[in-house]
This record gives sequence, structure tokens and C-alpha cells, in this order.
Amino acid sequence: MNYDALLRPTPKGLYCPPGDFYVDPTGPVARAVVTHGHSDHARAGHDAVLATRETIAIMGARYGEEFTANPQSVRYRDPININGVTVTLVPAGHVLGSAQAVIEQGGTRIVVSGDYKRRRDPTCPPFEPVPCDVFISEATFALPVFCHPDTGDEVRKLLASVEQFPERTHVIGAYALGKAQRVITHLREEGYDEAVYIHGALEKLCNLYEAHGVDLGPLEPATIDNKGAKQDFAGKIVIAPPSAISDLWSRRFPDPLPVFASGWMRIRQRVRQRGVELPLIISDHADWRELTDTIREIAPKELWITHGREDALMRWAELEGVKARPLRLVGYDDENE
Amino acid sequence: MEAFAALLDRLVLTPQRNGKLKLIADYCAATPDPDRGYAIAAITRDLDIPSVKPAMLRALVAERVDPVLFELSYNYVGDLAETISLVWPGTRGANRTPPLSEVVESLQAASRIDAPKLVAHYLDALDSPGRWALIKLATGGLRIGVSARLAKTALAQFGGVPVNEIEELWHGLAPPYENLFAWLEGKAEKPVSAALAPFRPVMLAHPIDEEKDLAGIDPEVFAAEWKWDGIRVQAVSEGGPENRMRRLYSRTGEDIGAAFPDILASMDFEAAIDGELLVFDPKEQGFAVRSFGDLQQRLNRKTVSAKLAASHPAFIRAYDILTLNGEDLRALTFMERRARLEDFIARAKPERFDLSPLVDFSDAETLTAARANAPSDAIEGLMLKRKAAPYVPGRPKGEWWKWKRDPFLVDAVMMYAQRGHGRRSSFYSDYTFGVWKDKEIVPVGKAYFGFTDEELKRLDKYVRDNTVDRFGPVRQVAFGEGEGLVLEIAFEGLNRSARHKSGVAMRFPRIHRIRWDKPAAEADRLETLEAMLPPAP
Repeated sequence: MNYDALLRPTPKGLYCPPGDFYVDPTGPVARAVVTHGHSDHARAGHDAVLATRETIAIMGARYGEEFTANPQSVRYRDPININGVTVTLVPAGHVLGSAQAVIEQGGTRIVVSGDYKRRRDPTCPPFEPVPCDVFISEATFALPVFCHPDTGDEVRKLLASVEQFPERTHVIGAYALGKAQRVITHLREEGYDEAVYIHGALEKLCNLYEAHGVDLGPLEPATIDNKGAKQDFAGKIVIAPPSAISDLWSRRFPDPLPVFASGWMRIRQRVRQRGVELPLIISDHADWRELTDTIREIAPKELWITHGREDALMRWAELEGVKARPLRLVGYDDENE
Repeated sequence: MEAFAALLDRLVLTPQRNGKLKLIADYCAATPDPDRGYAIAAITRDLDIPSVKPAMLRALVAERVDPVLFELSYNYVGDLAETISLVWPGTRGANRTPPLSEVVESLQAASRIDAPKLVAHYLDALDSPGRWALIKLATGGLRIGVSARLAKTALAQFGGVPVNEIEELWHGLAPPYENLFAWLEGKAEKPVSAALAPFRPVMLAHPIDEEKDLAGIDPEVFAAEWKWDGIRVQAVSEGGPENRMRRLYSRTGEDIGAAFPDILASMDFEAAIDGELLVFDPKEQGFAVRSFGDLQQRLNRKTVSAKLAASHPAFIRAYDILTLNGEDLRALTFMERRARLEDFIARAKPERFDLSPLVDFSDAETLTAARANAPSDAIEGLMLKRKAAPYVPGRPKGEWWKWKRDPFLVDAVMMYAQRGHGRRSSFYSDYTFGVWKDKEIVPVGKAYFGFTDEELKRLDKYVRDNTVDRFGPVRQVAFGEGEGLVLEIAFEGLNRSARHKSGVAMRFPRIHRIRWDKPAAEADRLETLEAMLPPAP
């Protein structure tokens, strides 16, 4: 069966000819279905955007309300008809508002997973497997070396370090959308009820999460107004975008201890390159086991693989006897995980 | 094993000394015997585990992981131990993780044939940080940036005792050091030193402040001797004629004897000698001291070939004596010990030892002249020792001074800058500098200290404002005929080096002055450096 008639890779991203729309297009198009709010998937400048209510809100917060002329927010699992093609958004468990796009016509069903993960995330509903003909999977961490440890253990590692080094400020680098809020909610789950200090770049999205019902507990701006206040940050936890943790910005804190929350922290060389002293392996993407378990569970007729380490997942599919195809889409950046 | 793996992970990434000390001390407080003792032994490299070879590990992993997936993984990660620790298919569900002591003891007891099976068994039971720690332990590649001395300092902090007491005991103790920990926790008496020929913590000198301290150097009160450009060692041969043990220690108490059988062979005496390890020219009469570069050929080796021992023979230039025929001399004054040392060398005439001579002087002026006209290239300055001083471990104030000869200076141009570590991780604080070779600037060294915090801020800003390219963590700054920052570099000496493009390698380079005023075109040329090289061998 040739599924390309329903969905095919193009230079601008995945395109559905009968529905005349793109999924997560990398350049401006007439009609886009957006799986989630990360900037490489959700771009400004489309004429019409279909996404979850949360994703529409995130795009509005990031790009301004005029990011598209026709925003259309839908609820999870509400089927929408676009030119005779049914599109349903189903939770992907990646970040707040993240969805898989389920695309159906004439008995054929293709699921674009977008980015996803399988482990628990207190900030968004969990991934729901949908039986389908074609499952399009991301491959950000598609190497057997990526096996994310228990998130609770990672957060407890952080809290133990804060206790062990009370004279230093733990400055956590975390991606502004999703990771930062997730780290905060996990800290709260571990009983940390002190204020968490946040970089200005996180404020808008933290407010947005709270407005959508994610309780982040007490947050304070990580700013120092008067001289001498520097020492007040000893023993505190600060969250900032990854680029800030070992740059000029962090010098305002006493003896800052650079922490980075990312799936990439599994690789020691990456940890060292970034000058990180405390790596937290916390990822919003599926690790190797989650990827392979998910594909086995869904058991699609075909597996299509997008951005990341496609070679390894292709090899695994070959060993498993799963029919697979690399899409070689460009424009998705997995470094900011 | 998990706590040990977590400790290693933290130590590798913690640049600050105090942070490392706290991590080790806290680990010792939280971990029971015998695990903590084995962990310390692993760090101080006092743990002997029959080596597991990387090829064996590769074979084990090949039985479990698809070769294509393994190669893709290895290419991505770049480190074999790490790749194996990550791709090893852990068994799903809870496993009993073995304690470190069990792993160490059973690996030590295993035969070479059984070892692979045992390693595989433990790799199954551990998580990936645990596997990494195990592989590093078993392959002997535990490089975590912690010296044995630092580990002992952490133990001293943990127990609230002077580190020197631990140092003196160390060579008589064996892993897992349960008697040591019992003492450190106040549960038992201090262990009696069981070591034959133990290390005695060394007495060290302060650098002299020429303006403040030099005037007070009176020949009635101080003795002067040459400061030799080798490494400080302690040669100990004790235990009586029946059980005599011969050991050669570095200044930090590391036993380096196995690499110096020529020295050990001539230690047919009952004494502990403090002196400088040097290499001499076998073609010349007596001990014609050769350069530090030649000595380096003999350093950092586990053993030495007969050929190298013959071409680069070593000897000790003695300047102190700590014990003689069972008598501890350390409470005696320097001059009393000196007399005993002179007498000892004259009587025993150990083949690979001679006496470091005293330097005559009458006042600061004659001393300055002596320093300026040292009789050998292997002299890097003067040592000034209070005649009445006993031998006190550590760096007591006002007893010993070192007065190094003036460093070499060269004007170089900053080429690349890299971020520092720890407190300096947000600053570009490590600088690669170069000198002119024909029309281009070639790198000759790297320096990361010698400037104040204020100067560092200004240098950091200069790097950020003048970056022309980036390579990962490294920035290239503008340099050339018309642009660039001149750094006046001080260094202690120069060696030939095949590894450096310029063909020279500096010893102990640091930034002496920042020449904000000097145009790059006026920086020094490579020929200037080449003229400073010792004559070719």
C-alpha cells in the first residue's frame, strides 16, 4: 500500500495532499497542524494553525497573538475534518499541550507522534498509543546508550547536593518550555517547598503553565537588586535557560554550581564540554527502550522515522522485522532538549 | 557499589579541591566498612585487581548487543568503557546490587579464566553508573583527578587528625583500612605503624620575598645550598639486615621505586635520606647532571628497561637525613643533621648518592651573586635553611626558603582562549599563546594563571570582544601583524618537543604581565626561544 498519497515528506515538512495541510512545517504555509509548542515544530507565519488549546496559547505567548491569522484550538480526541481528512489530536506526553496528530482517510490511519515520551510527567497527560498503519516516530535518543534513569532519583540527587553544598547556588539549565516546569513540579513532589528562583526568560511560560492548572509552587525572580544580596542565594535553586548557566549571567550568584537537566547528560563528554558539575538526566523525549517498546506495542504496518539518530532505529527495525523508512526531514533541532 | 559509582561521578566533574574533599569525607561518613576502605584504596591506586582487558569486555558485549548497534553507539559516545556501561542490556526489574567490597574481593580471588564470567555477572546486576565504575576499576583506568594525597587529606578532615599522621601510617596499612577508620572515628587507638621503611612527610620551603625577607638572611643563622632541578625524593632503607626494605618515595609519598632499580640497588644502608633525584651523563666522570627533560624520560613509568637505565642513569643528591641506624634524627637541628649526613655519605659511600654542597656566603650581596652565577644549568636557584630548625613536616613559617633564579621571559601573542573550571567556568581564563615564525604566529604554550581577578575580568572581556572563530569551548581571538594582545610569559625552562608544532615546550609557563600597550608585531620570534634550548643531545 502506498501511504504517500495521504502523507508525504516534503522540504517544508510532512504534507497531506488530500487535506492540503502540513504537520509541523519548517517554513510558512497556508495550513499547519502543530503537534507542540517547541520553536522548531511551532513556527510563526502560517495562515491557519490547528493545535491544542495549550499549544495555541504557548505560540501566542512566544510569538505574540498575531502569530497566525486563523488559530484553531481543539481538545484532545475531538476529530476535526480538514478537506475530507480526519485529524485527531491525542496526548503525546512531551510537554504541556503536546499531541500526536492522527490522520485518517478511507480506512488508512497515519499517526505523527511529534516528540513524545512514555514516563510520567506531572505537567501533561500521558502518551496514548493509537493503533495505526503508519507510525511516524521521532528518533532524538534512538541509540541503545540512551536509557534515562528514574526522574525521582535524579531530582533527589540534586536535593542531596543542595544539602551537601549549602554555601553554593545550584543553577539548573533547563529548556524554557517544558523542562523547566517539569523540574519544578518534580522538586515539589520530592517535598521541596522553598521558593525556586527563575531567570526572566522563563517567567512567561511558567505563568502560562500555572494558568493551565500546573501548580509550580512559590517562584521568585533570580535578580539581585542591591549589593550584598548575592549571599542570599547561597543554598538556593535557580533555573535558567541552558546558555545562561555557565556564562556571565551566573556570576551574580555565590560560587554557582552548574547543573543541566537534559537527556544529553547521559554522555560524559557532553557533560564535560558544557562545564556541568551536576548532570541531571531528565528528558522530555523517549529513550531507546521507550521508543522500541512503543513501536512494539503499536505494531504499525510501517514505521517512519524522523529527526535524530535514524540509523540505529532503522537497524533495530531490520532486526525486528519491522518495515521502516527514514524520512530525512530537516529543520528539527534536537540539541535544545 | 551505587554510592561508590555516584562518588566517582561527582569527583570527575567537581573541579574544586574543597568540593572534592567534602565529597570524599561525606562518603566515608555515610558508608560502612569495608566498602569505604576499598573506595579509598581505589582512589589512591592501592587496590590490586587482576586486570581485565578491553578486548575481553568487547567480546562480552558482542555476545549481548547487535554489532551494528554497538558500533553506532561507540562512534557516538567515543569511550569504550562508557559505551559498554550504557549499552549493556540490564535485566529488567530489581536486582540485588553487590556492595563494592564483594565486587573487589571476588574479583581479586578470581582466576583469569573465571574473571570474564564474574565481570559479566556483576555488569548484569548493576545500573550504568555502577557498570562504568566497575569497568574503570577492573581495567585499572580510574582517572578521576584525585591524587592519593588529596584522598588522605579528606580522610584527615573526616577524622580531624593531621594529614601527616595518616601519611606516616599509610604504607603499613592495607585495604580496606578498618583499623584506620576505627581510629579516625575515635573508636580505637591509632594503629601502630606496621610498615617497614615508611614514608616521612616532607618539610617544604616558602618562596622568599626578596624585599622583605632577604635582608634577614644572615650566614650565622642560615645555611644556603643549591636548588637542583630534579624531583624531591625520600630514599628509605630500614628494617635491619634481616628484613631490610628499600623504598623510594616521591614527595607525596608515592612509591616510585620500581622505576628506579639502579637507585634501590645502591641503598645498602639503614637510613632515610631526603634529596633530589637527578639523571647523570654516563659518559662523563662523576655525576654530570643532565636536564630535567632527560629526567622526565625516567618518570611516570611503572618499570624501566635496562637500556634506558643505562643511557639515563639516576642518582640522588642528598641534602638531609631523617633516620640513621634506627635513630629518628628529625628533632635535631639542621646543622646537626647535616653533620650526620656528611659523615654518613663519607662512610657508607652509597654508589648512586652524593652530597649537595653548602654554598658559602657572607651577606645578602654575596648570596645574590652566587645565585646569579650558579655553576650548573641544573640549578634553579638557592635553598636557605635555618641552621637551628628541626625537620618539621609541612611548610613551617620562616624555617626554609626557596629563592628561585629569575624566570625566562618572552613576549607572546594570545591566539586562543578557553573557559576555565569551577569558579572560573564563566571566564575565558586559559590562554594559548604563540610567537612569530617567519610571517605567521605559531603556538608555543598555554597559561592559565599569573593574573589577578581584576585582570581576568579584563582579559575575559578582551576575548569576548575580539573573538573571530569558535571551536567548541575554544575561541580564537584576532592576532596578526596589526592586531592581537601581547602577553609577557614567564617560564622556568624550555625543552624540545616533537608534539608541539613549534618544536619547543615550556616548563611552568604563566602570565607575567599583560602588555596592553605593545603591538603584536613586536612580540618575540621563535628563534629567541630556540636560543634558550639546552644543547641537542
